[in-house]
Amino acid sequence: MNTTPPDTSSQPVIEVNNLVTYYGDQKILDDVSLSVAPGEIMVIMGGSGSGKSTLLRYLLGLHRADAGDIRLFGKNIDTLSSHEWMEIRKKIGVSFQGGALFNSMTVGENVRMPLREHTSLDENTIKIMSRMKLEVVNLAGYEHLMPAQLSGGMIKRAALARAIVMDPGILFFDEPSAGLDPVVAADLDNLILRIRDAMPVSIVVVTHELQSAFKIADRITVLDRGRILMVGSVEEVRHSDNPRIRNLLTRTSEDEPVDVDGYLQRLTEGAMRF
Amino acid sequence: MAAEIHANRFRLLTEQVGRKFVAGVEDFGYGAALLVESVFWLLAGRWRQQRVRLSAIVQEMMDIGVQAIPVVTILAFANGAMMAMQGIYTLRDFGAESQVVSGIAMSVTREFGVLIAGIVVAGRSGSAIAARIGTMQMAQEIDALRVMGVSPVRYLVSPILAAMLLMMPILSVLSDAMAILGGGVISVMELHINLDTYTTRVFSELVPGDIFQGLIKSVVFAVLITLVATGNGFNASGGAEGLGRATTRSVVLCIAAIVVADMVFTFFLSR
Repeated sequence: MNTTPPDTSSQPVIEVNNLVTYYGDQKILDDVSLSVAPGEIMVIMGGSGSGKSTLLRYLLGLHRADAGDIRLFGKNIDTLSSHEWMEIRKKIGVSFQGGALFNSMTVGENVRMPLREHTSLDENTIKIMSRMKLEVVNLAGYEHLMPAQLSGGMIKRAALARAIVMDPGILFFDEPSAGLDPVVAADLDNLILRIRDAMPVSIVVVTHELQSAFKIADRITVLDRGRILMVGSVEEVRHSDNPRIRNLLTRTSEDEPVDVDGYLQRLTEGAMRF
Repeated sequence: MAAEIHANRFRLLTEQVGRKFVAGVEDFGYGAALLVESVFWLLAGRWRQQRVRLSAIVQEMMDIGVQAIPVVTILAFANGAMMAMQGIYTLRDFGAESQVVSGIAMSVTREFGVLIAGIVVAGRSGSAIAARIGTMQMAQEIDALRVMGVSPVRYLVSPILAAMLLMMPILSVLSDAMAILGGGVISVMELHINLDTYTTRVFSELVPGDIFQGLIKSVVFAVLITLVATGNGFNASGGAEGLGRATTRSVVLCIAAIVVADMVFTFFLSR
């Protein structure tokens, strides 16, 4: 857990108000509201199908909200012009679940790419800046390797180096510990904390790993079936008596009530058509 | 009961036709939007601080054009030779086998040269582009580009479009030349004329309009192959199987699109 409390008095860097989203006819997120303060590490936690990855995709502006609004750095992302969006995107960094490194480029080229695309710095400066970030994630000397030559943990760290190379104001992580062994996952958690201490950055982590969440979070948002169950500090979540949160913490599956009519309808649906 | 089954089948059939039609219109609209956006970045990227990089265009020109030269050369040469053989065989009955020269000159420059170049590029690059973009889509690399503030269309499609627009006409002219040469070799052997006479006759038969027709078609093919291949790549989903499906679909649709477009253009340009 982090020791330096975030500055919650100033304007939040992320604000989500009553977000509702659909996938086809199915409601995925229902009335989701949350905010992230500058310098805060917010963990969005939930089981599979809770909507946490969907929420992240909306926060990144990859989809448009069906209702409600999302504000990044105080600006409503649905009303931004493409130019304004680009300016905002320069200020956010994302580390995707599988790294999403460009496979046709070396690690160094991957990390340099945002600088090449968005700045007019000369090649030497770009090289030095990218090497600095590779040092931060302990990947110095690996810049000439291709992503296919890296281990799972190294891919995540290289993706992190690319995400922080523009010194973003918000850093998003999608399942940082997924697919990693516990030791490497713990290293990555430490790295996330180190980055927050070294840079003025707010961090949003989407994860289902309890241990990781409790270690790095300032606050935790618990999502369940598209709705927010609670937003609170690590201690508040740990001691919550909400049965669904308790199930999540104790890794107990829930018994679904059996809907006989619905069951029959699902079995026979379409079977009588020709 | 029978009437109900009949009605049900009819409803399902019309529903399917309707869905396919809507999907077709959607694909068409998607392709048009892709074209407009990639042209926009090519023209206006510089002013939006999102330039289409020359190095990327040159790289695509190598992949799409330069590396296709050997295949285009062989296929066009063989095609020209075959046309000469078939032409001489057919026209011999009428004692008009020497007319094969003008037949080859016109049909190659107006039709077959560009078609061969188009089919080779569709087969090589149509699959490669769809596979590359499809893999990037599935590995979230496209999402990564978008969240970095880099337009995937500007970064991936615009260089391909520019390279196609530059290389397709060059490949078509090469294909024309090779097919005419292939026809020439057979004509020299069968008609006992020398290559100089053959070449002189070819150029006396051709008018700029013939070559121009082939060039217009090559530009249209360039656009079609780019849009079909990149569109299929962006819409790939469903793991390795889905990627294979998208790649195959891309090649088949590219070839179908250029053959149909060829027919339509020939209809209008030959009037």
